[in-house]
Amino acid sequence: MSDILEVKGLSKIYRSGERSLTVLDHINFKVQAGETCSIIGPSGSGKTTLLGLCAGLDRSSSGSVILNGQSLEQLNEDERAEVRNQHVGFIFQSFNLMPTLTALENVMVPLELRGEKDAAKRAMTLLEKVGLADRRNHYPTQLSGGEQQRVSIARAFSNRPKILFADEPTGNLDQETGAHIEELIFELNREGGTTLVLVTHDQELAEKTGRILQIKGGKLVYDSLTDTAIQTR
Amino acid sequence: MNYSWLAKMAWRDSRKNRNRLFLFMSSIILGIAALVAINSFGNNMQSEIEGEAKGLLGADLEVESNEPFSEDILQFFDSLGAEQSREVNFASMVLFPESGGTRLVQVRALEGRFPYYGSIETEPAGAGQSFREEQQAIVDRTLLLQFNATPGDSIKVGEVTFGIRAAVTKVPGQANITSSVAPPVFIPMRYLEESGLLQKGSRLEHVLYLKFEDGTDLATLFEETIEPRLEEAELRYDTVEERKEEIGDTYEDLTGFLNLVAFVALLLGCIGVASSVHIYVREKLVSVAILRCLGGKGLQGLSIYLIQITAIGFIGSVLGATLGAVVQYFLPQLFAGFLPVEVSVEISWPAILQGILTGVLISVLFALLPLLSIRRVSPLSALRRSYENKERDPLRYLIFGGIILFVALFAWLQLEEIDEALVFTGGIVLAFLILAGIAQLMIWLVRRYFPAGWSYIWRQSLSNLYRPNNQTLVLVITIGLGTALISTLFFVQGLLLQKIELTDSEGQPNMVVFDIQTEQVEEVAALTKEFGLPLIQEVPVVTMRLHGINGRSAEAIKDDTTSDIRNWVLRREYRVTYRDSLISSEEIVEGKWRGRVDSPQDSIFISLERDLAEDMKVGLGDKVTFNVQGAIMDTYVGSIREVDWERVQTNFLVLFPAGVLEQAPKFHVLITRVDSAATSARYQQALVNKFPNASVIDLKLILKTVDEIVGKVSFVIRFMAFFSIITGIVVLIGSVIISKYQRIQESVLLRTLGASRNQILQINALEYFFLGSLASLTGVLMAVTGSWALAEFYFDTPFSPPVWPVLISYLAITALTMLVGLSNSRSVLNRPPLEILRNEA
Repeated sequence: MSDILEVKGLSKIYRSGERSLTVLDHINFKVQAGETCSIIGPSGSGKTTLLGLCAGLDRSSSGSVILNGQSLEQLNEDERAEVRNQHVGFIFQSFNLMPTLTALENVMVPLELRGEKDAAKRAMTLLEKVGLADRRNHYPTQLSGGEQQRVSIARAFSNRPKILFADEPTGNLDQETGAHIEELIFELNREGGTTLVLVTHDQELAEKTGRILQIKGGKLVYDSLTDTAIQTR
Repeated sequence: MNYSWLAKMAWRDSRKNRNRLFLFMSSIILGIAALVAINSFGNNMQSEIEGEAKGLLGADLEVESNEPFSEDILQFFDSLGAEQSREVNFASMVLFPESGGTRLVQVRALEGRFPYYGSIETEPAGAGQSFREEQQAIVDRTLLLQFNATPGDSIKVGEVTFGIRAAVTKVPGQANITSSVAPPVFIPMRYLEESGLLQKGSRLEHVLYLKFEDGTDLATLFEETIEPRLEEAELRYDTVEERKEEIGDTYEDLTGFLNLVAFVALLLGCIGVASSVHIYVREKLVSVAILRCLGGKGLQGLSIYLIQITAIGFIGSVLGATLGAVVQYFLPQLFAGFLPVEVSVEISWPAILQGILTGVLISVLFALLPLLSIRRVSPLSALRRSYENKERDPLRYLIFGGIILFVALFAWLQLEEIDEALVFTGGIVLAFLILAGIAQLMIWLVRRYFPAGWSYIWRQSLSNLYRPNNQTLVLVITIGLGTALISTLFFVQGLLLQKIELTDSEGQPNMVVFDIQTEQVEEVAALTKEFGLPLIQEVPVVTMRLHGINGRSAEAIKDDTTSDIRNWVLRREYRVTYRDSLISSEEIVEGKWRGRVDSPQDSIFISLERDLAEDMKVGLGDKVTFNVQGAIMDTYVGSIREVDWERVQTNFLVLFPAGVLEQAPKFHVLITRVDSAATSARYQQALVNKFPNASVIDLKLILKTVDEIVGKVSFVIRFMAFFSIITGIVVLIGSVIISKYQRIQESVLLRTLGASRNQILQINALEYFFLGSLASLTGVLMAVTGSWALAEFYFDTPFSPPVWPVLISYLAITALTMLVGLSNSRSVLNRPPLEILRNEA
């Protein structure tokens, strides 16, 4: 199988005046298409930063991210947006639905951005899949947390992404709702053959993925694929 | 880009925020309304002037001269087959025998059928022509009202008593306000001789009105035949086209100026838009970031909100234009007395279109400043809320440039002078900078010297002035500028009146009697003394014309296109006096004053006023030749004086030494002071009865007239400035409502922590008190500084700011700000915290 994501020597350093803070330090790994993988680590270890860089939401200080064969460093902001729209799906911890759009409209956005004609039909199908067809005309504030996250999942899969990034997808939900959401993500993931990269500090959730990457202090310290601690410089 | 999707997104996104979007819109409605109203009115007036052009002059051609027309000229016009009317007009005293009242008026003796176009409108109607058939006069209506006279009473002009046939309500081409300075009294020409007033000599103006046969090619006739002849005879003239242009220009200037005042209101509204959009955009940042995560491009995000703002700007402009079209109906009343034509109110589509276009463009330009940040929202903000892109967008400067360019272009369009447009733009930018600077300074001072020892309520309300997303800056600018505009107008009006009143202070002369014949001088002096009035000055006046400078004739200089000697110097009639000493209003700045010429062989050293010498291009020792009613007289510039023209006394451009002009034909001026109105009336009455040719200028009357005119003008300007203040208040309401969402969180938190309703009310009240105080104080301060500068450098008069108006402006604006602020935060106070959180979240 081919690699959908390749991270090479990736570093992120924030500079403030004379001080600098290394958040990610020479991270290397590859993810194959169809793989499910989780990034774990304590708070402040750099998980979310890594996810953001992998999805092209930010620029690295050095190193590169190759997503679906394209090096993100060589693309400008709008070109990276195009890549996201074509190949990437997103699920956020705080759902991040657009508050002024209804559930249906929220799911339609990625499709409409691509100019797809039957956006409403496809979005409706997805809402049905996540069990919210009857809530399609509700605004986010009229939905519970679990419902909002289901809409967000429908939106993430609407553009048939090759890779799905999820940032603590159950972090804001109670255990029972969280479990439902997890099931839904994995189910839709299997159905679409999508690659899944999720960030979590929930060990149980991480173990449901095929591979675990562990980060500590900005360094990749463990990769379950090789089942060994990684030697860092 | 997929425009239909962008439009759809703009629409969807607006659904939940429509109320707030309408708030932005309301800020510009009044500015547009004022603009459209003034422009519509101006356009209607222009078309009225165009339509009534001939009626403005009353004839095809008007020729004027200070001397009676020569037979040559009269025959010349006869030969062209033109119908002629003649008029002689001059300032003179009239007496109303019934009441004994007297006043200086403009006597217009008419002969012929003038006006040929339009009419002299009278009450009762139709007397404009018929009064000429009998010994009757028609008299300005206000003048009749002033002396309680009605048609049927009589009026004495010189030696002749006329029956008053009717009251004059409208004279072709003249705004009513001009008649408050010198109200017109029309008499038939054939009684002029009998009135004995023809001896006024050169102070008479002779006018010839001409009407050519219908179908005459006037343009060609005028250019080829008439103009050269009139130029040759050195006669002044006015054609319909010229009169139309003069009047048109004057009123274009007026509406242009008022337009700028309206534009200021619009600019203030736009600042309100920019500030509201700024807060709006901040709330939208996460949505934009999500959109970017999902693959939206920077420009797409910007476009969604730009479409919203453009649509709102458009709707606001349309509403404003509609309101303006309504306001326009009240303008003719507002301008009553100023207009030379009756303006019918009609919808002016060009004005409406211009208003809408201006509104959309300027609101979009201002909204773009905060909107630009959307372009650079990082998708990372969706992952991390605290992430903020701190880089300054260089495009901002382009937008700033665009706004300044737009303001300058708009001003240029209105003023038609690039210099004035630049001054206006610079002034606006400067005023904004000063207001912004003061606001920032205050914020800085509050932070720097924060009264840490004060009670919690005071500290909390003070710190609200500099909290994130505060409205301090924008409110200080909008309310401050509105206050500054209105207060300045008020102060300047006071300054003007104070300046005139100063001249009326104790002991200063306040009455001038002029046109006294030499043989009457002693009798007039005796009469004055009889009334117990002081003879402050008695001055002989000799009229003369300039004959040449340094040996070159005035004619030759006039024909010399390279000469930079100003024309008025060559053409004017000089009224000159002679005496052996200087008076208190004069000061020699160059040379030496020689007060007497002892022998006819001696050179005559005259003294010139400084500006005259400059325009005449002469200095000490230069030869200036005068034609003193036929006698050519060489003189030399012996000294140059500075003259304070503002005092009530006779001042002269040219001063002769004693011993030269004593024998020349002359008239006299007498200056006195009358304290009581009753004495003044009796004195004037006695004077007019005995010396009908003499005229009186009564400073009290001038004071009243100026007060009236200044009052009217400032009412018009204040009406326009009012739009700025109201806009400031609308912006205030808008920003209070917008910041309400932020305050609710805070107030609810405070209430949850146990703050009482009263404490929150006090915090809010104090905060708006600080804001209102800051804004109104800044405005009043600017007005005081501006008025002081005007007084010091322009009016040259001492200025002490009027305490009460300053205090009232400050208190009223502060109270208003508090009222608006508090009434909007009521909902936070009166409902349980949880309910609010649910509703407003």
